[in-house]
Amino acid sequence: MAIRILIAKPGLDGHDRGAKFVARALQERGYEVIYTGIRQTPKQIAIAAVQEDVDFVGLSLLSGAHNELFPKVVEELHNAGVSDIVVFGGGVIPQSDIEFLKSKGIKAIFGPGTSIKTIVDFIENETKSRNSKIG
Amino acid sequence: MKLNQEIQKLVDGILKKDMRSIAKAVSFVENSDYKTKKPFLQAIFPYTGKAKVIGITGLPGAGKSTITDKLIKAFRDDGKSVGVLAVDPSSPFTKGAILGDRIRMQNHTLDKDVYLRSMASRGALGGLAQTTKDALKVLDASGYDIVIIETVGVGQNEIDIVKIADCVVLTYAPGFGDEIQAMKAGVMEIADIYVVNKADRDFSQKLFKEISDIVNLSSKEPKPKVLKTIATNPYEQSNIGYLKEEIVKYIDYVETSSNLKKKRISFIESELIDTLTKIIIDKTLQNQNVKAFFDKKTIDKIYNKELNFYSIIDKIMEAI
Repeated sequence: MAIRILIAKPGLDGHDRGAKFVARALQERGYEVIYTGIRQTPKQIAIAAVQEDVDFVGLSLLSGAHNELFPKVVEELHNAGVSDIVVFGGGVIPQSDIEFLKSKGIKAIFGPGTSIKTIVDFIENETKSRNSKIG
Repeated sequence: MKLNQEIQKLVDGILKKDMRSIAKAVSFVENSDYKTKKPFLQAIFPYTGKAKVIGITGLPGAGKSTITDKLIKAFRDDGKSVGVLAVDPSSPFTKGAILGDRIRMQNHTLDKDVYLRSMASRGALGGLAQTTKDALKVLDASGYDIVIIETVGVGQNEIDIVKIADCVVLTYAPGFGDEIQAMKAGVMEIADIYVVNKADRDFSQKLFKEISDIVNLSSKEPKPKVLKTIATNPYEQSNIGYLKEEIVKYIDYVETSSNLKKKRISFIESELIDTLTKIIIDKTLQNQNVKAFFDKKTIDKIYNKELNFYSIIDKIMEAI
């Protein structure tokens, strides 16, 4: 079964080189990647994730508003009745913010310099643990 | 009986137009084999056949997604609910896919009467995924008035869309070749409406004229319209509005002339053949008597010309 991943950019940040790179690299690893483009509201991202029935949502942000926008996406997913979509994030995010983001339901944060292998390993592990829960 | 309950839940959900159920149902028909999804498809069958199905096809980069976006708006202005299936290609090597059609349609994400879904083609070569037909049934049963199916960017021969769409719109943009291309068989013949998009660009008038010349010779009834559009131009909404009008007119025409019934009967015929072919192939390949012929020794003997390929086919046919 194909794993579907939504790559999204919340807020007003237009720097999408990283998001596009990750999207393209994940395609190379055999995932179906939906990219929704720049300047999306958390609600738009959550609804797109529901409509596309994705397994993961990857958020990219370089503007510094991650502490507001990332948790908001998780909240909007909950509002839409979704609890089984794994949310992860990336971008220029200070080490000191990571714990807070994780406490808000962001499963992992991948900063600058992260290798694609690290992200793929994360996706594979999450998928495995989820399948074992269902199975 | 757990499966049956889950299927019943999905059916109830989509009949209530619950978005998450619709999304789960599309995934279900996308990921399941025929045997697994049959009870579900059987259950929704009575609710299908109401939606008007519009196919948007054309070259990569001709503007299919942008036109789809503007068409959604035009139909929403008429108070119609719209479902969209946008197909993009899967990699033949990694099976991965970048599904980017949504980018052009984000204005509609929060509209409860619009459902957008990206589909990867997953190895199918006809411009759609193998399961697009089933996904269409989900949206149809959910009660969307209009379903727009956007194909993979096509070349000359990907024409599966004619087997499921009531009205096929073929989009072109200037700069892709001379009139000889427009004269060729295949994709060029399938359209009910032709669109020359990016009509503000050089040579668009020439392309418009070339396509119009070809269409004038067409024996199709009604004669396909050729339109010019600039889908990205916010002041050109009237152009896409005009396209919508032509689509509606076309569907009205085929509906009243009972050509729509003819079309849909031909869809059922081709789906019967496709579905049966798949079932029979699966069944045949799983047959133990047939499997016996697939051992390495037999294949080696064919390779060494000790056995005749065609005699083996005869034997397999006898074994079934």
